[in-house]
Amino acid sequence: MKILKKIVSSILVVLVVSTLVFVAFSVIPGDPAVAKLGTMATPEQLENLRQAMGLTDPLPVRYVHWVLGVLQGDFGTSYSYGIPVTDLIADKLPVTVTMAIISMFIMIVLAVVLAIYSAYHEHSLLGRAIGVINQVIMSIPPFFGGIIITLIFGLTFKLFSPGGYISYDINLGKFIGYMIWPAIAIALPKASMAYSLLLSGLIGEKKKDYVRTAYSRGNSSKAVFYRHILKNACIPVITFLGMAFADMIAGTLVIEQVFGIPGLGMILLTSIQNRDYPVVEAIIVCIAVLVIFSNLLVDILYKVVDPRTR
Amino acid sequence: MNLRIKKNANSIMGIVLTAIVVIPAIIGIFWTPYDPETINGSLKLAGASWAHPFGCDNFGRDILSRIMLGSSTTFLIGMGTVIGGAVVGTLVGALTGFYGGVIDEVLMRFNDVMLSFPSLLLALTFVAIFGPGKYRVMWALAIAFVPSFARIIRAEFKRVKNMDYVKAARLSGASDFRIMYVHILPNTVKVLINAVLIGFNNAVLAEAGLSFLGIGVQPPDASLGRMLSDSQTYLFTKPSYAIIPGMAIIVMVLGVSMIGKEVE
Repeated sequence: MKILKKIVSSILVVLVVSTLVFVAFSVIPGDPAVAKLGTMATPEQLENLRQAMGLTDPLPVRYVHWVLGVLQGDFGTSYSYGIPVTDLIADKLPVTVTMAIISMFIMIVLAVVLAIYSAYHEHSLLGRAIGVINQVIMSIPPFFGGIIITLIFGLTFKLFSPGGYISYDINLGKFIGYMIWPAIAIALPKASMAYSLLLSGLIGEKKKDYVRTAYSRGNSSKAVFYRHILKNACIPVITFLGMAFADMIAGTLVIEQVFGIPGLGMILLTSIQNRDYPVVEAIIVCIAVLVIFSNLLVDILYKVVDPRTR
Repeated sequence: MNLRIKKNANSIMGIVLTAIVVIPAIIGIFWTPYDPETINGSLKLAGASWAHPFGCDNFGRDILSRIMLGSSTTFLIGMGTVIGGAVVGTLVGALTGFYGGVIDEVLMRFNDVMLSFPSLLLALTFVAIFGPGKYRVMWALAIAFVPSFARIIRAEFKRVKNMDYVKAARLSGASDFRIMYVHILPNTVKVLINAVLIGFNNAVLAEAGLSFLGIGVQPPDASLGRMLSDSQTYLFTKPSYAIIPGMAIIVMVLGVSMIGKEVE
């Protein structure tokens, strides 16, 4: 029942967000007709184009048109490219999503492995060193991390060739091989946050009474750790995963520029610069939907993992 | 005792790291060793020397001067964003937390939606609406940061307003404004300082990201993000051009987050 309520409210949020985006981009100054034809166009030409673009209709009418279109997967026509927005972004969306998923995977593996190691060796030199390095990594902006990765692994060790992006419909293996590097750049700062969260959870749970009970029942220390402590320490991290995934999706938009990947970020940037609002609206709405539904997924996961919240 | 020294060492380290970037940044507002915009063909991508400790960029401009100016731009945008966000956020948070009711419910729903968005995406959206440029970026970021401050302050006001001493103040006839301003607000300072430090870091990173993408601070204004994006072309021939502005961002963010940990 609670889950159903969550789903309904998520759909409402998507509606509200898309309305706000549409209204915001409709009321800002700047004439798309001028943007398309340039300042040299005659007033008649501009008027004709405005009518053809449907810009002369009142705002509510345009809004209803837009929403009906979006529901059928039609975001209108790009002002600057002159092709349907959906065609423009449909084949870029997988790039963004793949990169975010790979970086999510890297983040989880790094955080879990290192946090378990540090929890076992709380006072060892290496455990402490990881803690210090961790704080530095947390402060690295992903785009700078990407530049450093390019410098070290791309230019110095030649493990990949910077700018040598290969599209997924040409060679899937090489595509994923290239995507790993930007994904690492996005994953590192998030992994260090997840690591601290998980580690403080692990250390906190270790001292709790139920752990002592589990030991007194004759469980081995491994069994206690993996079956009780780790399981409970993961619960607060799950909430973080939703946030992290949203941040990673936004992060892909920037990191694309570092690695020369022609994805959603590149289109978004040129569209912002060209004031090509149908494209900007579509990309923001698409990412909003991704973010809202990944949060929904996390909420559901949370209820499955932690019976206390049901 | 041992623990206290260690804690102090951490905050001193934080202050030192922050100062390494912020002091040159503040000096950079008024004075730089060279004019950061003077183009000199003969110094193109020059290496480090006594005259130019960090070398020169692809236009022969002194990198140290540009770093000082760029850090000051980043620092001022960070401060402006955080002050704007904190003032408006505190106002909204205080009123909604204190009075509650329908407006509180509606505003907080809206707040939750804004908060679930990555701040970079919000900033991108607002920059798309306002357009690029130093002050517009500051506005865009400040608006994007209001919800997080509002939420934190609202929670504090909700917590404190039912405490006995607030009830006592009310019984003695204090006005709502006096209760909020004199009795509750000082209690939120610790939380607010922490939120300001975290917010400052997020603002610095967001500004650097936007300028890196070319839609933040516009030339001729120098910015660390912009320098990083310019440096990419010369990454192989002059890696220090990229590493120095990147380190400036990292040191500033790391220093501020270390101070923030101590406030907690």
